[in-house]
Amino acid sequence: MNHLDGNVLAGPGMGLFAFDPTTTQCQCQSCADIATLGQAMVYGQPMGFVARCRYCDNVLVVIVEHAGQKSLNMRGLRWLRVGDEARNDRISAGD
Amino acid sequence: MSRRTNAWLTGSLARAHPLTASARSITFAVPGWPGNDPGHHVDVRLTAPDGYQVVRSYSIASTGTGEEIELAIDRLPDGEVSPFLVDDLELGDTVELRGPLGGWFVWRPEQTQPVQLIAGGSGVVPFIAMTRAHASAGNSIPMQLLYSLRAPCDAFFRDELSQPSATAPTTWHYTRTVPPGWSRSAGRLTVKDLKSETLPPEQVPLTYICGPTGFVETVSRALISLGHAADNIRTERFGGI
Repeated sequence: MNHLDGNVLAGPGMGLFAFDPTTTQCQCQSCADIATLGQAMVYGQPMGFVARCRYCDNVLVVIVEHAGQKSLNMRGLRWLRVGDEARNDRISAGD
Repeated sequence: MSRRTNAWLTGSLARAHPLTASARSITFAVPGWPGNDPGHHVDVRLTAPDGYQVVRSYSIASTGTGEEIELAIDRLPDGEVSPFLVDDLELGDTVELRGPLGGWFVWRPEQTQPVQLIAGGSGVVPFIAMTRAHASAGNSIPMQLLYSLRAPCDAFFRDELSQPSATAPTTWHYTRTVPPGWSRSAGRLTVKDLKSETLPPEQVPLTYICGPTGFVETVSRALISLGHAADNIRTERFGGI
């Protein structure tokens, strides 16, 4: 199955975060790789989006949009770090 | 231009023209669109009369602050959405749009790193936005495009990419059919091609690759083998659905 990049999570991630999650750094719970979420491998459609670690395939994030609801699972992340750039996006979103 | 909205906006088809035998440029008028940076994408949602919905992500070919966005869609033979957008959508028809999306695969004119763009087929679309922004900003940061496509007739925006005012030169590469008199034979991009046709690792370029998954995999691995750092490579794959 073809995979996409973490970039594709920007739309589904809207409303779940106060910033663009695809530009944030995160660490894989399994192998400790640190990458931007946009670099993850995403298996999408039709049920939802599964983001896996670019190195070890660990499931990092799952987002399912269905019937007007979204569910989010982030158990594969050790942490997520919001950079200044993403914060700036957030600040300008409010102006 | 980085304002984000959480709502689906309504876009109506304002202009359309064919790009190739299988692809079409479609420009939507989107009231409330906050503008977008080059490289941003948009989610397009279609709803059938029975309520069935599909969402697809498309790169935006246009850039700037206007309330119109241009997409360039290639018809995928087994696609669920692209045949409709290429063949059936008529002027005035509406779709739902969410965006602009995705700050990772974006190029901003204030970036100072040299830029190498590598496109496979319709993966050229975000790079059209980047080269347009580069030209309109009068930017002096080196930017160049390597555009791999099956045959000359498959090119998107050839005239625009070839015109003298283009500030980012394009290198054309053909995988199946070459133009008459072309000095190279047709074939997929090799490590050797990438070494001779892209900015070298010594210049520490930021390289953007967009195309089908297999193309992106092959090219990004080749670049790493040539000495580029993985974190200086940004990718956008598109799937065959």
